Amino acid sequence: MNSVTTGIAQKIGGWFAKPTEAAVAAEQAALRSDRFRLEREADWKRLEAVLKRMEAGRTRGVSDEDLLALPALYRTAASSLSIARETSLDAALVAYLEALTQRAWFLVYGPRASLWSWFRGFVGGGWSASVRGLGIDLLIALALMIAGTAVGWLLVASNPDWYYSLVPGGFADERVPGASREVLHGTLFGNQDQNGMSVFAAGLFSNNAQVSIMCFALGFAFGLPTMLLLVHNTALLGAMLWLYHGQGLLLDFVGWLAIHGTTELFAILLAGAAGIHIGRAMAFPGTMSVMDAAAAAGRRAAQVMTGVVLMLIVAALLEGFGRQLIDSTPSRLTVGSFMLVLWTGYFFAFRRDAR
Amino acid sequence: MALRLPFRRKDKSSPRSPQALQDRRRRLVTTPEGVPLPFVLASRGARAAALFLDLAMIVGAMIGTTLLIAYAANGVGINFNNDDSPAGRAVQALVVVWTIALFLFRNAWFLFFELGPRGATPGKRITGIRVAARARGKDGARLTTEAVIARNLVRDIELFMPVIFIIVASVEGGDTEMAAWAGLVWFLLFALFPFFNRDRLRCGDLIAGTWVVEAPKRKLEQALSVSDGARGVSQATGVQYRFSDADLAVYGEFELQVLERVLRENREDALRDVARTICGKIGWNAGAGDERAFLEAYYAQLRARLETGMRFGKRKADKHG
Repeated sequence: MNSVTTGIAQKIGGWFAKPTEAAVAAEQAALRSDRFRLEREADWKRLEAVLKRMEAGRTRGVSDEDLLALPALYRTAASSLSIARETSLDAALVAYLEALTQRAWFLVYGPRASLWSWFRGFVGGGWSASVRGLGIDLLIALALMIAGTAVGWLLVASNPDWYYSLVPGGFADERVPGASREVLHGTLFGNQDQNGMSVFAAGLFSNNAQVSIMCFALGFAFGLPTMLLLVHNTALLGAMLWLYHGQGLLLDFVGWLAIHGTTELFAILLAGAAGIHIGRAMAFPGTMSVMDAAAAAGRRAAQVMTGVVLMLIVAALLEGFGRQLIDSTPSRLTVGSFMLVLWTGYFFAFRRDAR
Repeated sequence: MALRLPFRRKDKSSPRSPQALQDRRRRLVTTPEGVPLPFVLASRGARAAALFLDLAMIVGAMIGTTLLIAYAANGVGINFNNDDSPAGRAVQALVVVWTIALFLFRNAWFLFFELGPRGATPGKRITGIRVAARARGKDGARLTTEAVIARNLVRDIELFMPVIFIIVASVEGGDTEMAAWAGLVWFLLFALFPFFNRDRLRCGDLIAGTWVVEAPKRKLEQALSVSDGARGVSQATGVQYRFSDADLAVYGEFELQVLERVLRENREDALRDVARTICGKIGWNAGAGDERAFLEAYYAQLRARLETGMRFGKRKADKHG
């Protein structure tokens, strides 16, 4: 900085060595905006160098001093821009400062956390807070899922043909109305020696995650597709429940389902609630504009959705390994209800004071 | 005498002129420090190009991963049926890795890059655009991790749903043609979404509270008033150019900026044209060959005059003002 100012002083000194009166007046004025520029140029250049490195992802290559100076340098550039707009007619300079300030603004006001520290905050309170933030939408989604199950059961009970339209072909294989008790029992127990469970689990996760992302993302259409998706998927569940109930295997089926189902259905509940949350925010934005309401709801729902993906990983592991390894209804029910209590406790009892 | 081309103002009445189009894409956003910054929304073409580049790279990465894993599977001896042998287990593990890798490529590619300091995927970087938080009213907002997650989750249904329609239909023996039509309608619905709102948002942007803007990039240009010519002294001829108040009063800020552009571009014929125009306007008769010095002097003195006026709150927008 010092060397720069003395350099400028010399330059200016040489400039006015033999001035005529009129030239002095003109040149002094012409200079004032450029002198302003030359005095601050070093700071801008320094900021630009820091930005260049950080944008290239080499934050480690930036020295601590530079990193600490970044906010100050940013504010210097911003105030230089304000001054330049008021005093300088150098269009290229103003454009340069606008671009420089904008680049620094992106970094200073960018995503605050690294992915890892964001994740820590997310697990340690952010996730459960955003789940609670969904509020009434959780209840709406729950009601829809219960209604869907009931509808599925009632439809199939009134006319078993419904079963074929509710349950897609790939799913149903031997589990069809009229199947014997032994066949159905066989689908629930005794698969310990089955292989390829890890592959199965990974495939399940990928599939379930895609479905729940859809549940969420369809929320922008005022939540209606989300609701339909929830009802449709749980109607399938209702139909299956009816099928096993017919052979007196209801409890065993619930156990078979519960071991991963409490986690998976909870995740789908959250995804559906997130979709409905967005839809509701857009339909009834309150005092905010529709855009702002959608954005606020979307950010909260996105946090919930990241959690949903994590829950689905857990569910897939339970489904791929736990279900085949644990082969009795009571212990399956135990694991299932344990997971349910765990999630509920984590979301609703775990509160950390917002700082 | 009418001014020639370089000084002619762009016709503001026509909304189709490049200047007007550029203005329609500009948004002024106020930083927390209270400085208004101009943002230029990315053109739809640039965004489409960025998307194609990204998709091509994702497909490339997927194929690369698949080949790599196939190569590894080949190494252990391909064995999908027989399961309790070590080789069978190793292949199973590879299939798990493959499934997860494909899921990550599809969902995490955009996420990972847009959360970086550039706020742009490789495709966006190539086309010179980036993601930013949409301004609320006039105030600039911080781009949050959640916002980036939200905008990319929605991309999944915008883009990949039609493909799923068709795959599901063909796997389950449904009406593939019907599914293809449904997929097309779906795709068009989302592809055309940015055409129907002012800020060119796609659905994901709408929900996440983001928009896509041009990434700023500009070099610091040379200061124009430090050269010899700007002091009024011509190096070629040694002549002193000094203009009277009346000579300088004919032009305003708009003309000054055109002159600045001409000086920075430094093209011989443009310099000559502009010098001739100015001489005509102020009634001088300067010889040929020394246009640059003449223009530098005129620029410096005109700018000095206008900036002085500026400081006293008197601005002169152009020659008419």
